[in-house]
Amino acid sequence: MAITSSWRAYSDSKAMRASAIKRGTPRGIGERLIEFSLTGCGLLSVLTTLGILSVLVIETIPFFRQVSLAEFLGDSQWTPLFAEKHFGIWPLLVGTLMTMLVAICVALPLGLFAAIYLSEFAKPRTRQIVKPALEVLAGIPTIVYGYFALVVVTPMLQKIVPGLAGFNALSPGIVMGIMIVPMISSISEDALHAVPNGLREGAYALGAGRNATIFRVVLPAARGGISVAVLLAIARAIGETMIVAIAAGQQPRLTFDPRVPVETMTAYIVQVSMGDTPHGTLGYQSIFAVGAALFVVTFVINALGHRMARHAVSS
Amino acid sequence: MRHATRNRRRERFWESFFRKICLAAVALPLLILAGLLLNVLLDAAQRIDWSFISSYPSRKPALAGILPALVGSFYLVSLTAAIALPLGIGAAIYLQEYRGRSRIASLIEVNIANLAGVPSVIYGLLGLGLFVRTVGMGRSLIAGACTLALLVMPIVIMTAREALRTVPNTLREAAFALGATRWQAIRRVVMPQALPSILTGAILAISRAIGETAPLIVVGALTFVTFLPDGIDAPFTALPIQIFNWVSRPQKAFLYNAAAGIVVLLATMLVLNAIAVYFRHRLQRRWS
Amino acid sequence: MSRPRKPTIELPPVVSFPDDQTKVRARGLNAWFGDKQVLFDVSIDVPSQGVTAIIGPSGCGKSTFVRCVNRMHELVESARLSGEVSLDGESVYGADVDPVLLRRRVGMVFQKPNPFPTMSIRDNVLAGLKLTKTLDKSTAEQNVEQALSQAALWNEVRDRLDEPGGSLSGGQQQRLCIARALAVQPDVLLMDEPCSALDPIATAHIEDLLHTLKEHYTIVIVTHNMQQAARVSDMTAFFLSGELIEFSPTSETFTAPRHQRTEEYITGKFG
Repeated sequence: MAITSSWRAYSDSKAMRASAIKRGTPRGIGERLIEFSLTGCGLLSVLTTLGILSVLVIETIPFFRQVSLAEFLGDSQWTPLFAEKHFGIWPLLVGTLMTMLVAICVALPLGLFAAIYLSEFAKPRTRQIVKPALEVLAGIPTIVYGYFALVVVTPMLQKIVPGLAGFNALSPGIVMGIMIVPMISSISEDALHAVPNGLREGAYALGAGRNATIFRVVLPAARGGISVAVLLAIARAIGETMIVAIAAGQQPRLTFDPRVPVETMTAYIVQVSMGDTPHGTLGYQSIFAVGAALFVVTFVINALGHRMARHAVSS
Repeated sequence: MRHATRNRRRERFWESFFRKICLAAVALPLLILAGLLLNVLLDAAQRIDWSFISSYPSRKPALAGILPALVGSFYLVSLTAAIALPLGIGAAIYLQEYRGRSRIASLIEVNIANLAGVPSVIYGLLGLGLFVRTVGMGRSLIAGACTLALLVMPIVIMTAREALRTVPNTLREAAFALGATRWQAIRRVVMPQALPSILTGAILAISRAIGETAPLIVVGALTFVTFLPDGIDAPFTALPIQIFNWVSRPQKAFLYNAAAGIVVLLATMLVLNAIAVYFRHRLQRRWS
Repeated sequence: MSRPRKPTIELPPVVSFPDDQTKVRARGLNAWFGDKQVLFDVSIDVPSQGVTAIIGPSGCGKSTFVRCVNRMHELVESARLSGEVSLDGESVYGADVDPVLLRRRVGMVFQKPNPFPTMSIRDNVLAGLKLTKTLDKSTAEQNVEQALSQAALWNEVRDRLDEPGGSLSGGQQQRLCIARALAVQPDVLLMDEPCSALDPIATAHIEDLLHTLKEHYTIVIVTHNMQQAARVSDMTAFFLSGELIEFSPTSETFTAPRHQRTEEYITGKFG
């Protein structure tokens, strides 16, 4: 048979191969080169972090040579572009916190209830359609939300809320909240999903109704994951830029009134960048100082969130 | 049992009420999304036509077009993808295929998670300090692209890594047992298998890059450009920057331009995602 | 029922072979996963001729042993080993040995069929060859036909070589994996429970195949199925808790086991 003869050839060629397992060719060098460059790719992310830190530090140091930390944290006015300069971060910080609070007040109930719906009520098919649809909200560029806040939401709110200015903290906050809904809902839903079914069945077996089961058993068991969602959402809202730059105004003022124009930290960076502020001036350095403050705030909140997430997983 | 029925009836009322609240929480954002899109489309209808796409910006709203921004965005995103995809996928391969649990890998991992949470405007500051000033790229297309590349890198790495994770280990073992080196196993067996998911992640990252505004403003994209970029070191503008410029104008007519720009922006993203879905589908069908 | 009597002269429970008849030799082989030792001082001479079956209860180190032969063990994180394994008298763990080249001489077939899902049937067979050389079309076709014929799959797939490997039935997939391993022209074929995921008919196919393949390859088959070991193998090694208890001609292992524990295992007293 033809096959048999080819088998013979097989065996012959095998016999002719000398010690074939020893390293001979420099093939290993190519492999190592590839591993080396892939390691480089991995380390690039560490370099990015170092880059962010050093850029912020390098430009912030000269800023604090001219502006004392006491003024930065103590003054209640922020007027770096005026003749009489004040560098108190509070107006920007309060503007940031206020828009963030409005956003969370919108996003938390919507996101949490949406998560409950998806995890506890929705049929798998509904879920399959609704989840990606919600994700679309997070994929829309923020500039589009900014337009929406300025052109649609503010005029609508002006009919309801007396004394609402054309630029305000309320409208961009609400729009930002809508944008953040999928972030809260998807992390919370994962947390609700992770609650073992045995707990639900245990509650039902005791005669608990659906609401009691959700509120007394499921939500408490998932509270770790939900807190993570809220923390990450807070960090996202604090760092959000275009919506507030467009619709909140650019007037740094220390106020807790959501109806009047304010300026956030991010919006200030954009405002200065849009103008012509030469390198080396105090104005130029001030955006890095504000950026550093923004970085610290978001980093702390994010790190807290990630830490809690690890904790929630391990427990 | 009878006694309890009235209580139970009340309970059931609240149960169905709560269910409706939850349904509303899902429906409301989606309705708002629909309203937003409808509103933008209606506003855009006032301005959008071929001349809008093929014209340069102008001080007269009716004449102003979006051509330099569209071309700028195209160049910018192509460059960003060319930088971020190889580096990001490379990093993902390193993390998933080479250094399962080493200390460097876990450091990189924590680092990437943190980078993903850094506000985009801070990447703008990084680009301004590093690429524009220190490296000396100036306020150029390449500086913008490098900045966006760093910005989307965590997304590329995380999605690519997830894609690699889903490739069953038995396939790697089969490749090794045939005498494949690590890289051969990755290139011939693991990568082809993970490609559809990696592609999806890449499109996600590119979509993000197209819509980013703040970092480009900080890096120094121009808002009024009457020429097309002629090289990677040329000054540039981009779609979201042009939209931002029009939104900031007081005249109502410019808002229509902004809406039209938004429609172009969203349409571009939609096309991109449709292409990704198509390719993904084709790749997956070929194998099953 | 009376069992055959134990021979009055105590035979050594582990037989050995002279150098020129030994293909794979292990001496004092220990293996660990992390702190857990899974192989204890295993010494065995796998003969060049015939099929060697490795039996034993699950978790006894059968799979680990074969994975030490083609150095797949070290791919698992936290895996360690000590001792000596040689192929044709040449140490497999020598400093200058490239595990990649070793694996091209020692093929492996896994428990679950794992054809590459992104490749056609043809490309699956050629996958190993393409790693080392560029093939012209006619050589490639020849290799595909040879390997698939050896794996007794050629007649079933000759008209559908461009279909994905995943489109085949489980038994066919496993034979495709065998063809894939054979195409690289290995000396040794390690089979790690190759039939445990297959139905009886597919299993019979593979067992028939082994009878022809053993003419040309040294075959080591791990199996949890004692009937299978009795049917296909010439030598049987019995592992228990990471130790090699007995290594003897199969005909004796199942009729006149040399070690008490072997007898207890094959008669079903534990396992």
